Parts: sequence; structure tokens; C-alpha cells
Amino acid sequence: MDNVVSLKDIVVEFDGERILKNISLDIKDKEFVTLLGPSGCGKTTTLRIIAGFLNPTSGDILFDGKRINDLPPHKRNVNTVFQRYALFPHLNVYENIAFGLRVKKVPEKEIVRRVGEMLEMVNLMGFEKRTVERLSGGQQQRVAIARALVNHPRVLLLDEPLGALDLKLRKEMQTELRKIQQALELTFVYVTHDQEEALTMSDTVVVMNNGHIQQIGSPIDIYNEPVNAFVADFIGESNIINGCMPKDCVVEFTGKRFDCVDKGFSPDETVDVVIRPEDVKIIPAEKAKLTGIVESVVFKGVHYEMIVDGVDHKWMIHSTKAEPVGSMIGMTFDPYDIHIMKKSEEA
Amino acid sequence: MKLKYFSAPYLVWMVVFILVPLLMVAYFAFTNDNGAFTIKHVSAVGEYTNIFVRSVWLSLIATAVCLVVAYPVAFFLSRMDKHKQGTMLMIVMLPMWMNFLLRTYAWMTILGNKGIINHLLTLAGLEPVKLINTSGAVVLGMVYNYLPFMILPLYSVMEKIDKSVIEAASDLGCNSVSSLFRVIVPLSLPGIMSGITMVFVPAISTFIISRMLGGGSNLLIGDLIEMQFLGNSYNPHLGAAISLVLMALILVIMTVMNQFSPDDQVLM
Repeated sequence: MDNVVSLKDIVVEFDGERILKNISLDIKDKEFVTLLGPSGCGKTTTLRIIAGFLNPTSGDILFDGKRINDLPPHKRNVNTVFQRYALFPHLNVYENIAFGLRVKKVPEKEIVRRVGEMLEMVNLMGFEKRTVERLSGGQQQRVAIARALVNHPRVLLLDEPLGALDLKLRKEMQTELRKIQQALELTFVYVTHDQEEALTMSDTVVVMNNGHIQQIGSPIDIYNEPVNAFVADFIGESNIINGCMPKDCVVEFTGKRFDCVDKGFSPDETVDVVIRPEDVKIIPAEKAKLTGIVESVVFKGVHYEMIVDGVDHKWMIHSTKAEPVGSMIGMTFDPYDIHIMKKSEEA
Repeated sequence: MKLKYFSAPYLVWMVVFILVPLLMVAYFAFTNDNGAFTIKHVSAVGEYTNIFVRSVWLSLIATAVCLVVAYPVAFFLSRMDKHKQGTMLMIVMLPMWMNFLLRTYAWMTILGNKGIINHLLTLAGLEPVKLINTSGAVVLGMVYNYLPFMILPLYSVMEKIDKSVIEAASDLGCNSVSSLFRVIVPLSLPGIMSGITMVFVPAISTFIISRMLGGGSNLLIGDLIEMQFLGNSYNPHLGAAISLVLMALILVIMTVMNQFSPDDQVLM
């Protein structure tokens, strides 16, 4: 598989402030890539660089191996689905979708055919003559997707396209978008701050923070093997504890030693210990190295979320069985559920 | 439901200050000094066709010039940083704070036969040019005085155009020219329409500008009406008749214009 888009050492500065700090990223053909991070992390800026709305302060952007830094947006073979759709209010649904084709002076017959195809794909047949302002949020979203895809771009850029939809509709659209991407064999670059969305839809997740790429990997890798405490915390909930590694495969935190599977740290190096709430096992207090008092229990649907007050740390535990508030419980972990991470300079 | 009684004062206002005067104008136009019905005055308006044509023509030119000048100004204004927009708007409005007569009088001294421009031309060894008392000077006066009325409605419409809509246009293949004609102009059409109205209507009925900058040879409808009430040829019946015809004319022109604006944007 070849790279469609490559970013090389992209730096963006606004008024002397660095928004993007040496971003390098390769996006492969037909890949669903998600840029994930909290607001202000630079994910939308990265997308705007690919679209051409923004010129990087330094660094190169390659498309099919050719440098396109100086190519204006209208000459790039990418299309964007904007955050708040940015539909043309003076045009009806049909003309919104046909817009790109009309600009390129595509023959009328082909416009009719291609717009028809798109309307069918996004399930908006019969809505051709509607003004876009009279559509629901979900319908506007579909028009925005159709308007971009009708141009047959190599790469579709999506800037938090589902942010304004309610939860149920969002789930439906996630599945639908993924289907469209696979059916049309397109490259999608998708920006979101919703980690669940990122894990559900993507081939590759790019976790960003403070203008840096923190980790690039498959959803499974990102979830199971976060490279630092930031990623661990951002992708799902985590217990993050200060610890140190007295030797390989042994970690010490909250004053106790535990077996783990990580090696290669220098002796007594301080580390972040990350344990997922669902990986904390509850055992009788008298059998446990680590104990705590249940502070609160919240029902979350599939599981209960408990906050347990240990000695130095408040533990978050996800379990299908609730323990009574105020009771003393014991906690233990399997060695491979203890994730050891180097202290990141920026966390 | 009681809320509608609050509109009563406005109804009274409209009747007293709009409806009654209109009826009086019509009454005067169709009666003679004795109060008897006559169409003599209304039909006499036909004698002034050349003045009507000149008024329509000059104010159309002034409106067109205003549109061409104001459009880019309003656009760049609307795309500026929010905090700079306020300052720039104030600069646009600043001339309006000065008295209308004074502003127009200033142009007399600039354009006059011995005015600033001709003075400079003479100094440069060039022949003086006749600037004042031409129809061009009248158009200039109209443009100068009414330009803000074109900029403001354009600006207020353009300011509401989402930046991302313009980005969407370029994303979909528009260069800056096609973005302008496919997106920005259609979206600013309501502003264009109300700007044209706000400039054309006062321009066609002005009398001071033509009097001061046009001399005697560029008489406009406004001057004609003024002469019937305040001038030597005192004849309020004819004045009312001309006013009535002017109103009808504006009504016709605006109706035609409304045919070009979107359905939900009726200007009258």
C-alpha cells in the first residue's frame, strides 16, 4: 500500500505560538485514519493543512509523493466535510450536491446521474428540492457527505462531522460512514475528540496532544499498549499511579511490589503505572496486598463504577458486581494488566 | 392576546404621519385652488419628462457606482478581525456625522472653477477642467453622500456569511472568482437589494446635491418639486402631482427589482 498523503515535519505558528510541533504522518491509500485528541491539540489544524486552507510555517505536505504546499484548495484532490456542514444556504439539496460538478463544468447528464447516485447512497431521495435550512441535523450531515463524495476525491477529510448529532444518530452514522468508506475504497481522514468513535471506526488512530503526535497505531494497540500516561488516560479510563521499577518484571507502587511483564527500564527508574478500571480484580481484604474502602458506587449500565480509597490512591474499578459503600475490599491485578510507561516529559 | 393593544400607538402614528399625508398629496394633486377635481396638474407632469429621465439616469449611475465601490469595501470589512471591524466601520460612518450641506459645500470648493483641483492643475501648468455644474459632479455628490447606505447593508449581510461556506466553495473547486459569483454574491443578494433601495430612493428625489453641484442645467425631480412649494413658480398642486408620479415611478422600479430577489426577501 502506498502513501496518499504524507506530512513531513509540519510546524504551524500563529502569532509566535506553536500550534503544531513537527508533525510527521503517513496516510496510506484506502485507510481510515482518525486524528484524536482534546480540543486545541492541533487535530483540526492538521486537517486544514491537508485541505489547503492553511499553509504550514515549515515542513512539507506530499500528495502521491508530490509536494503540494503551494497548491490551493480548489486544485487538490481532496474534499472536506465541515464541522458545521457549511452547506450553501442559497441552494437546495440537489444543487448543494451538484455544486462541485457544476464548477468543474461536468456535462448535465453526468451531473444528474452522479447526484442521483449520491442521493441514493445517503438515503435522501425525494429531498432534492428542499432548502437545506429545512433539513434536520442528520439530513444536513448526509448532504454534506454527499456534496463532498460526488467529486470522487482520493481523500475525504471529515472535521468532527458527527459532533452536533445526538448519541443514537451518531452511532448510526458511524456505521454508515465506515460502510461508505469501505464500499467506495476511499481514504478517510477523520477528526474527533471522542475516543470511542475513534476506536470504533478507524484502521489507524493518531493520538495528538499539545501539537504533538503521541501515538500512532491500530485501535487495539492504542487501547492495550498506550505509550504514555496521556494516551492511556485519553483512551478510556485509567488508574495512573507513580511507581518505580526495582528490576525487570517487578514494579513497586503504593509501597507494594507487584509482578509485571515489562522490562528494559534502568534500575529504580520512576515510571507511570497504568491499570484499566476493568482490570482491577476484587478479592477478600484479608487475602490482598492492597486494600481500600469503597467510597462510591455508580451504576453505568453494563457495569458498576466504584471509587475505592486506597492508601495513596483513589482507585477506579469497573465491575459487574457492586460492593457496599464503606466496606473494606482487597484488590489485585494480573501481571499483564499492569502497564508500565516511561514518564512523558509533557504529561 | 392583550399584547396587540401595545401596537395601537404605532397604528395611530402610521395613520397620522403616513396615511393622512399621502392622502393629502393625492388630494392636492387632483384638485385646483378651488378644491374642484382636475387632472390638469397630473397630466402637466408629462412636460417634465426630460427631468424625470435625467433623475432616473443619474441616480441609476450613482447607485451602480456605489454598488461597485461598496461591494469590495464591505467584503473586506466583513472578513477583518472582529475588533478591527468596529474601527473601520466608524471610519466609514465618520463623514455621516458631518452636516450634509457642509459635506456637499466642501465638494463645491474642491470642484469649483477656481477650486482645489483646478488650482493644482494650473500650478502644474495644465488647462483647468470644468468640473462643477456638470452631471458628473451631481453623480459624484450622490455617491459621496449615499455610499455608507450601500456599505452598511452589504456589510451586515456579508458579516453573517460563514467563513466555512467560502472555504467549502474553494474545497469544491472554486477559485476566488467563481467563489465570488457562485457563493458570495448570491448570499449577499439581500444586502445588494436593500443597498440599492437605500441609495436609489434618496438619490432620485434629492435636490440639494443637484442644486449645489449641478448648477441650473442639471435640474432633478427634487428641484422641480421644491420650486413648486418654495420657489417662484409657487404651485403646490403641481408639486403634489409630481411627487405622486415620482412615488409611482419608484414603486414600479422597486417592484421590478423585487423580481430578482429571493422569495423571502421582499423589500417593500
